[in-house]
Amino acid sequence: MATVTDVQVRTGRRGELALLGLAVAIAVLARGLVDYHADFLELDELALYAGGWTIVALGIHLAIRRWAPFADPVLVPAVLALNGIGLAVIRRMDFAYAGRGRDTNFGEIQTLWTLLGIGLALLVILLIRDYRLLRRFTYTAGILGLVGLLLPLVPGLGSQINGARIWISVFGKSLQPGEFAKIAFVIFFAGFLVSNRDTLALAGPKILGMRFPRPRDMGPLALVWAAAMLVQIYERDLGTSLLLFGIFVAMLYVATERLSWVVVGLGMFAVGAVLAGSLFSHVGSRYTAWLHALDADVYSSGASEQLVRGLFGMASGGLFGTGLGEGRPDLVPYAESDFIVASIGEELGLTGLMAILTLYVIIVQRAMRTAIGVRHGFGKLLAAGLGFAIALQVFIVVGGVTRVIPLTGLTTPFLAYGGSSMLANWLIVGLLLRISDQARRPEVMTP
Amino acid sequence: MSQLSITLLRMGFLVLLWALVLSAIAVLRADLYGTRVTARGRGRESKKDDARAEKVASPSRAATGLRTGSISTKDPSAGHLAVTAGPLKGTTIPLGAAPVLVGRASTCTLVIDDDYCSARHCRIYPEGDRWMVEDLGSTNGTYLGNQKVTDPVPFRGGDVIRIGATALELRG
Repeated sequence: MATVTDVQVRTGRRGELALLGLAVAIAVLARGLVDYHADFLELDELALYAGGWTIVALGIHLAIRRWAPFADPVLVPAVLALNGIGLAVIRRMDFAYAGRGRDTNFGEIQTLWTLLGIGLALLVILLIRDYRLLRRFTYTAGILGLVGLLLPLVPGLGSQINGARIWISVFGKSLQPGEFAKIAFVIFFAGFLVSNRDTLALAGPKILGMRFPRPRDMGPLALVWAAAMLVQIYERDLGTSLLLFGIFVAMLYVATERLSWVVVGLGMFAVGAVLAGSLFSHVGSRYTAWLHALDADVYSSGASEQLVRGLFGMASGGLFGTGLGEGRPDLVPYAESDFIVASIGEELGLTGLMAILTLYVIIVQRAMRTAIGVRHGFGKLLAAGLGFAIALQVFIVVGGVTRVIPLTGLTTPFLAYGGSSMLANWLIVGLLLRISDQARRPEVMTP
Repeated sequence: MSQLSITLLRMGFLVLLWALVLSAIAVLRADLYGTRVTARGRGRESKKDDARAEKVASPSRAATGLRTGSISTKDPSAGHLAVTAGPLKGTTIPLGAAPVLVGRASTCTLVIDDDYCSARHCRIYPEGDRWMVEDLGSTNGTYLGNQKVTDPVPFRGGDVIRIGATALELRG
C-alpha cells in the first residue's frame, strides 16, 4: 500500500543569488589577473567592470524572479561563470596580439555580444510564456533551420572564411546561420518525433535482441543524414554536420527508447565519414592531421601545426597551469576562438579545465533533469535535445582540440569568440529556463 | 605585487572556480520535486518533513501520472490497483469507495499517455463487495484476460486488464 505526497518545490532563488556572487567574483578576478600581467591594471576600471557584472547578474536574477520564478537555479550562474572566463581569456589574447603588433579588440566586441545574448535570453523568457507554443511552429522551424543551413551557399551572400563556407555577411558583419539553425532543428525534431514516435518505436524486425526499424520508417533518418553529408561536402563544415546528425539520433533515442536507432545512426555516420574521407581531399586531410599529427612531414606541411601547438600549450600548462596572463597561448592560431580550450588548458591547467568541463556537465545535467521533470512529451524532447546539443558541441570541440576526434571548426559554447554562437547559446539558456520554470512549477499554480 | 601574492591569486582563482562547481552541486542536492511514493502509515507523518530530510529519489509527478486529490484511501481492505506493464509500471493506486477512471485525459484518476488509450478509456468501480470494469467506448478496447470488455464485468484479484501497452492488476 502506498500513498503519494507532493514534494514542495524549492525555488532555489537564494541559492542562485549566492552562486551568481561566486560567478561574478570569478569573472572579475580573471580580468584582474589578465590586466595585471599585461601591465594594464587600473583598479578604477576593474571596479567599473565588477560593477557592470554585478548589475548584469542582479538584473538577470530579478528578471527570473519576476518572470520565471521556478526556473532552474544553477543554470545561469554556471553559464555566467563560463562567459566571464571566456571574456577574460579573449581580452588576454588582445593583449598578446598587441604585443606582436596585431591590433585587435575581440574583448570589447565579445562583451557586446554577451550583453546582447543575455538580453536575448531574457526576451525569450518574457515573450515565450509557455514553451508548448513552439510546437505550433514545428514545420516552420524545420524550414527555417534548413534555410539557415543552406544560406551560406547562396552566391553573393555566403562567404568562405578559412576554407569553411558557413558565414553570411549582413551589413558588413559576418554571421553563422548554422548556429541558429541548430536550435530550429531541435524544435523541429522535438515536434516531429513527439507526433511520430510510436511508429518509429514499435514496428520492425528483431535482430540480435534489438528491435530494428522498418526500412520505410527510415525516411526521416535518411533525410537528416543526407543533409548532414551535404553540409560536410559543400560547406566543408565537419563539425556542424556531426552535431546535426548527432542531435537527431540522440533525440530519436530519447523519443523511442530503441538502442537500434543509435546503432543504425552511428553506422550510417561512420560509413558517410569514411566515404567522405576517401572521396574529398579537404575531409581526408583532416583525418591525416588527426591520426598522424606528430609526424614530421605532416607537421611541417602545416596540416597539423595548430593542433600540435595547442597540445604543446596544454602540456606546458600542466596540472595547475601557468596562471592567467602568464602563458603563451597566442602561439596557437585562433587561440581566442577555435582553440580557446587549449588556451584555458595552458593558463588554468588541468585543474581549471576540469572545473570548466564540470560546469558544462552541470548545465547539461540541468537540461536533462528538466526533461525528466516536465510533463509534456514535446517539452521533454526539447529540453533533452537542447541539453544534448550543448554536450555534443563541447565534446566535438574539446575532443578535436585534445585529439580524441578529428579537429572540426565548431565554437565552444559561451567561451569562444564569436557573436552568432554567443547569441544562439544564450537563446538555448533562455529556452531551458522557460521549460524548467514550467517543469518545477507546483501543480496548484499551473493555470 | 610580490611573486607570492601572485601565486596565491593564481591558485585562489582555481579554488574559486571549484568553489562554484561544488556549491552548484550542493544546490542541486536539494533539488527534489514532483511527488514521492511512500509506504502507508509513514506517508502522512513524513509529509511535513523537509524534502531533503529523506534522500529518496522520487518518481516525478509526470512519471507516476497520478492525481492525488481524487484517490480515496478510506477503505484499505479493498486492495489496490497495480500497473504491471507499460510506461507507468510499478504504480499502485489504493482502491476505496470511489470509482477509478482510466484514460488519457488529465481529469482521469490514472492518466496513461499512450496513443492506444482513449481520453476516457475505462472505469473500474465498486459494486457491492466486488469490483467491476467497464469500457467507456474506447477506440482500441479494454481487455480482461483475453476477452474484450464491452458490458461491465467483474474484476477479481489476479485478473489482468490490458489497455494498449499498459496492464493493470487487482491486488488484495
